[in-house]
Amino acid sequence: MTWVLIALLVVPLAGALVVAFLRKNDRTAKLAALAFSLVELVLAVLLWTAYDPDGDRIQLATGVDWIPAFGVRLSFGIDGIALVMIAVIALLIPLVIGAGWTEKLPAGRSQGGYLALILVQEAVTVAVFAATDVFLFYVLFEVMLIPMYFLIGGYGGARRQYAAVKFFLYSFLGGLIMLASAIGAYAMASDELGKGTFDWATLVKVVSDADSTTQTWLFLGFFLAFAIKAPLVPFHTWLPDAAAEAPIGVTVIVVGILDKVGTFGMLRYLLPMFPEASKNLAPYVLVLAVAGVLYGSLLATGQRDMKRFLAYVSIAHFGFIALGIFAFTSQAGVGSVSYMLNHSISTGMLILVIGMVIARGGSSLISDYGGMSKVAPLLAGMLLLSGLTTLSLPGTNSFVSEFLVLIGSFPTQPVYTILATIGMVLAALYVLWLYQRMMTGPLRGDALVGAAAGPGAVGDPETKTTIGDLNKREIAVLAPLVVIVLALGFYPQPVLDVITPTVGATLTEVGVTDPVSVQEGK
Amino acid sequence: MNLLVAQAQQIEAPEIHYGAIAPVLIVLGAACVSVLLEALLPKHQRWAVQLLLSLLTLLGATAALVLYVTADDVPAQGVATLAGMLAVDTPALFLWGTLLVLAFGSILLIADRSVEPGGVFVAQAAIRPGTVQDRAQATKTGMQTEVFPLTLFALGGMMTFVASNDLLTMFIALEVLSLPLYLLCGLARRRRLLSQEAAVKYFLLGAFASAFFLYGVALLYGYAGSVKLSAIATAAAGTDRSDTLLFAGFGLLVVGLLFKASVGPFHTWTPDVYQGAPTPVTAFMAACTKVAAFGGILRVLTVAFENTQWEWRGVLYGVAVVSMVIGAVLGLTQTDVKRMIAYSSVAHAGFLLIGSIALVPDGEGVSATMFYLLAYGFTTIATFGIVSLVRNSDGEATHLSQWAGLAKRSPIVAATFTFLLLALAGIPLTSGFIGKFVVFSAAIEAGLTPLVVIALVASAVAAFFYLRVIVLMYFSEPAADGPTVTVPGAFTTIAITLGAVVTLVLGLWPTLVLEWAGTGTFLS
Repeated sequence: MTWVLIALLVVPLAGALVVAFLRKNDRTAKLAALAFSLVELVLAVLLWTAYDPDGDRIQLATGVDWIPAFGVRLSFGIDGIALVMIAVIALLIPLVIGAGWTEKLPAGRSQGGYLALILVQEAVTVAVFAATDVFLFYVLFEVMLIPMYFLIGGYGGARRQYAAVKFFLYSFLGGLIMLASAIGAYAMASDELGKGTFDWATLVKVVSDADSTTQTWLFLGFFLAFAIKAPLVPFHTWLPDAAAEAPIGVTVIVVGILDKVGTFGMLRYLLPMFPEASKNLAPYVLVLAVAGVLYGSLLATGQRDMKRFLAYVSIAHFGFIALGIFAFTSQAGVGSVSYMLNHSISTGMLILVIGMVIARGGSSLISDYGGMSKVAPLLAGMLLLSGLTTLSLPGTNSFVSEFLVLIGSFPTQPVYTILATIGMVLAALYVLWLYQRMMTGPLRGDALVGAAAGPGAVGDPETKTTIGDLNKREIAVLAPLVVIVLALGFYPQPVLDVITPTVGATLTEVGVTDPVSVQEGK
Repeated sequence: MNLLVAQAQQIEAPEIHYGAIAPVLIVLGAACVSVLLEALLPKHQRWAVQLLLSLLTLLGATAALVLYVTADDVPAQGVATLAGMLAVDTPALFLWGTLLVLAFGSILLIADRSVEPGGVFVAQAAIRPGTVQDRAQATKTGMQTEVFPLTLFALGGMMTFVASNDLLTMFIALEVLSLPLYLLCGLARRRRLLSQEAAVKYFLLGAFASAFFLYGVALLYGYAGSVKLSAIATAAAGTDRSDTLLFAGFGLLVVGLLFKASVGPFHTWTPDVYQGAPTPVTAFMAACTKVAAFGGILRVLTVAFENTQWEWRGVLYGVAVVSMVIGAVLGLTQTDVKRMIAYSSVAHAGFLLIGSIALVPDGEGVSATMFYLLAYGFTTIATFGIVSLVRNSDGEATHLSQWAGLAKRSPIVAATFTFLLLALAGIPLTSGFIGKFVVFSAAIEAGLTPLVVIALVASAVAAFFYLRVIVLMYFSEPAADGPTVTVPGAFTTIAITLGAVVTLVLGLWPTLVLEWAGTGTFLS
């Protein structure tokens, strides 16, 4: 079944090529891009069925030599975490394309170019999660920036140039420092084995035995790259700008998918390769994590711009994920990984809904809206639902993850866990307050007041200022998300089954065992 | 009389390995023929004949090189010929190959007459700018075809330089390569004043650097009693001589070399000369002079000074840091695309210097640096090729603001330039990344990790000004009276394509070149 993995890498690239040639005809380009992304989704489902949760650490492994001089191979394979991430990418991309169907691009830009970049982004991101060669991972980690740079810079808002360059430079710098560490690990391998290699499994064996000083330095190199990517406070400042300036579909990709490479990297590279350093430095990482939870939550509460609000919400959530990873218990680890998945789904949904609001009101400022539930009740309901899953209401998917993170972290890190719990309270505050300001109360904002004042304005397709409710296309985009949010909220077992063995293997590589209380609780 | 004959008979003619030095002989011989052609041919025939001769020369020299390398009886460690003055070893052969191919691209750019009617060179460089004669000349399309022999001489000097096994030969080669370049810098058809300033500045500072070099040679001769690189190494292995002479000599010598390589803080000529020189000459200098200078640095450091490296490594360590910081930080403030690339070349020189001082444990720094030189040379030639295409009525539009919105009007040119800039920034899947990677891994294995970290930060800073150009081209609105992109003729197209394709291919499949670069070491 390794062909599925290869097809997952090739299909979006082929799609990008096709779509790029359809720049003359926007509609055909959109249909072609949607078709390719749906094929990708089908392939991802096949991949899921091909994965055996109780099987090898890395499955469906495949590869060819690339640069034999350094022992670099183009090798791919998946574990449970990579599988979940690939699946969520494949799920979100068609929705992003569907949600942006009628979005207006800046003058002189064609849908073909935009969608081709999105598909390239999809292919490279899938490849990042599937890479099992550290060099290849680094290469893709950096290459991943290029389509995103053009997506933000070419199709974004007023300060798009600033945001694109800032995004690129932050990640590029992090990546370069990671490269230094990767070369350091390579040098150790070539000392020890007589021949250098970048193979992940081999490097894990070699580097994890290193003395703790060496490990600490190498750890810091990788950590910086992942902390910028994830992003953890204080390496987060690129995210609000990128999220605010990017077109809405691209914001979904940045916040929902690209950021996960950071936390994925922590689980796949930091913990297994540098177990000693991970344990020694965990307290510092936890400080950053909890700071992220509180800082992100507080700033989200205070945001006036919805897209920046989303960025800070994500920063808070990444704090939770990092807390779970560095708490070193299996429950917290499983919670973190499922949080990575659920954050993509819930925040992705929230962003798409907010994109629909912005498409109606033409502004991303919260103060430009008010009383919207009167004219668009269904939209208001969707905002409420996506907000509730973002604040981890029981019964929604995120609740399971957040609960697992907190309950799993408490035995080992009670203080940090208690502090992070404050984040849950703040989440209720910022989500509900956002909903209250935008959806309830009297009508507010130019777009909304204009719509209500005009004769028969509500739902009237003739007048330009109309605020209508969700149309069929938008319902089609949101419906799958609603189903998944509720399904995973009530029955998360299929996902947890896939994740648990991989998390267990990761913790074994770190060399920690669950505290007695957790083991008894199982 | 009889005595003289007797004495003459006692001098043994040195053995000359013609096969090994054939590429150099072909290039220098053709340069002499080229001068004669310049004197004898009628004006209208010169350009075509000179171009043909130059290309055939490069082809012939490359063929001679390939024949020599593929022959069965080549000693693996290389041969020293001409009484040990030239060492033809694997690094020398690799660098010769690099120089010849890069010169091929440069000659194509130099020969192009479609971008600028009549070529980018002025017919009579001695006419003072701003005079009546100068204005009259500006309307004509004549061209100075002496650029071809000058380029060939410079190339011959570079090839000798990287193979010189003693310091005096190296000095002569240095002059042979420098003097034609000084002249070439002053030959720009447009912006005559800038061009002349560049030539004078380059000449004056270059003369200083040569003096430093020569002084260093003198001191080292006083130390070792020989100018042979291996003799200096032998002398330095003993301990009974004055270290002051050795290190003073080393310092002065290295300053001369670093100047040519435009390593900061000896880089001050670089931006002015890169900006003022005709763009094809800038391309030739940026690519080939860099290769030659670093080829010389590698040989001197490895052959003559390897066993004293713990004394001098700290100094060059500092120089590399200064060069990278100057290149990256000052590059940020530039508004002229040629000056920006000049500062980028200063930063790159810092990276190359890292490879040059990574001599332990097994000299991987040498092959890494040579790969970097090859990769950087191709990228640079293509970059300057594109710079020469973006023009307005005053010639090249080098001010960055004029590049705004270029992607809307010329998507292919903008895309190629973006790719080349990404290669200069060292983004994966380009040769620039592999070059950085091999240099940095050699440095980390040589225990230079802090230096590598500084280099990585400098790369990230430098990435900003490359990105800024991409931002301008793609995300800014075009200026109303912006420049047009000239459709290049066959020569420039070939040069740019060659550079860009090699940049891509070396980024994807570097193995072959890496293996060749790593097959042998300097002959000592």
